[in-house]
Amino acid sequence: MIVVDHVSKHFGGIKAVNDCSITVETGSITGVIGPNGAGKTTLFNIIAGVYKPDSGKVLLDGVDVTGKKPHELFALGLLRTFQIAHEFSNMTVLENLMVVPPEQSGEHLVSSWLRWGRVQGEERRVRERAEEVLDSLRLGHLTFELAGNLSGGQKKLLELGRTMMTDAKVVLLDELGAGVNRTLLGELASDIERLNRDHGYTFCVIEHDMDLIGRLCDPVIVMAEGSVLMQGTMDEIKKNDDVIEAYLGGGVLKKKQPSATDATGAHPA
Amino acid sequence: MDLEIFGLFMYGISLLTMTGIYAVSCLGLNVQWGFTGLFNAGIAGFFAVGAYTSAILTTPEHAGHFGGFGLPVPVGMAASMITAGIIAYAVAKICLRLRSDYLAIATLGIAEILRLILKNEQWLTGGSLGISHIPRPFDGRGQPWSELGFLAVVVVIVLAIYWLIERGLKAPWGRVMRAIRENETAAEAAGKNVERYRLEAFVFGAMFMGLGGALSAHAFKFISPEAFEPLLVTFLVWVMLIIGGSGNNKGAILGAFIVWTIWSMTELFTGFLPSDWAIRASYIRVFLIGLILQLVLQFYAKGLIPEKPPVIPGKNGGEKAGGD
Ligand SMILES: Nc1ncnc2c1ncn2[C@@H]1O[C@H](COP(=O)(O)OP(=O)(O)OP(=O)(O)O)[C@@H](O)[C@H]1O
Ligand SMILES: [Mg+2]
Repeated sequence: MIVVDHVSKHFGGIKAVNDCSITVETGSITGVIGPNGAGKTTLFNIIAGVYKPDSGKVLLDGVDVTGKKPHELFALGLLRTFQIAHEFSNMTVLENLMVVPPEQSGEHLVSSWLRWGRVQGEERRVRERAEEVLDSLRLGHLTFELAGNLSGGQKKLLELGRTMMTDAKVVLLDELGAGVNRTLLGELASDIERLNRDHGYTFCVIEHDMDLIGRLCDPVIVMAEGSVLMQGTMDEIKKNDDVIEAYLGGGVLKKKQPSATDATGAHPA
Repeated sequence: MDLEIFGLFMYGISLLTMTGIYAVSCLGLNVQWGFTGLFNAGIAGFFAVGAYTSAILTTPEHAGHFGGFGLPVPVGMAASMITAGIIAYAVAKICLRLRSDYLAIATLGIAEILRLILKNEQWLTGGSLGISHIPRPFDGRGQPWSELGFLAVVVVIVLAIYWLIERGLKAPWGRVMRAIRENETAAEAAGKNVERYRLEAFVFGAMFMGLGGALSAHAFKFISPEAFEPLLVTFLVWVMLIIGGSGNNKGAILGAFIVWTIWSMTELFTGFLPSDWAIRASYIRVFLIGLILQLVLQFYAKGLIPEKPPVIPGKNGGEKAGGD
């Protein structure tokens, strides 16, 4: 469970996150929506340890983790993807995934010199897992391609793939869907549901795609101008006038009917 | 005639010896820049520290400088790596959190400070008089055996370092380093303690720069602050790595060979110039090296032997890897 407790963060004069409090319950798939610049990514960066908040606290499973480094949070089971893909360009797709698993003995120079056999054995296992993940993301044919050569959408998939390389507790997904084709996105949504149901992963998902949010997330948190505007189910949110107002005219939310096909359907985006 | 061939032979030996000495430092820079993306503009500083450490420890006692302690050469070499490593650790603790362009400026400044210390702290280093009577392994066996013996020492050291670094590069250690080079934020998010790894790469690389310096001290049997001008060390080692192929250890060695050969040939060439031109020789040499760097990069943007992702054990190799 993540608790964000009255957190604020400003950049110069901009209050990116302003006295914001949210809770991501263990086992939930919590959605975060809000107009551009609402502070969603900044909030993720605070939770994941990239920024230290000006004030307020972040708790992970009851422990105060405010100001911890990203790699320390990773060790506590908190993983995240980036809105703008952060691939390792001059490394192969396979290597991009194989970086992730923690405590590989070959990460120590001395082991690479003295325990080559063991290191190689581990490499085989890590590679197997990476290849499974790549297959599930339909990236198998690009295993040996340099990650910098992937398309925008493929890079986003690689982002997700990295979080699947180790057993996480909480995964923060920042606009995973942006740039990914709808059919595949539907399948990924199923993967997310499966990881949530069978492996107990908790997800916190930023998305602009209301169908995807409606299908996956409960509850949904609406942010605007750095704070929480409201929280509820997707249906409740769609009826709320403040939310519609926040989206400037609200066309996005009002026009679309809750559709049965959701993200899998071939909507004209 | 025979004399001429013999002279050529000796020249070849000295060329290879110097290639090896530079290759050691170049491999060190490859760990820092090629693998990890740390811009060290102070190679000369670590090189000098290594040279002086080994010189002070291995020369016989002398009133002109601290020591000497008359210790065996291998002890001096080991100590040169340790001193360079300690200084790198201190530098890293202060500077590694800086962005890479600032790191370059900081290391440049530190190298200059070190050079000034070597020049001015006479009690320690003999000041501008330098340190002489530095022992060389296999010395006193007469030409060419003494030179050949030392070349053998250098070759063994280069091969050993190549093996150590190549192993690390092919292991997950190298993968993490390259990931940090490619994207620090993502490496951190993937659970890697970026600060620790960068520190490790910086110290590890600097130790070899120190060792390169020690080897050069023993090769010349004499050192003075002039030998550690940034131009002679930092600049050349960088050009070697870029021409050879940053991120590739074979490339680092090849680059050392090519650049040193050209550098030393231009010395012969400028020796034939009329005397009023000879003053200009030093910058003509640098200009030539710069020109060659340009030419090579025109045709080989990633160096002569570019970085290649290592083969990972598994079903169907990684042979398809590479390409851009
Ligand atoms: N590193 C930064 N430096 C300065 N300003 C920043 C920084 N990061 C974010 N901001 C500002 O903070 C505000 C919130 O940005 P943020 O990226 O969190 O929005 P968002 O809700 O993720 O938007 P989007 O939906 O477009 O991704 C914006 O006004 C942005 O300009
Ligand atoms: Mg964002």
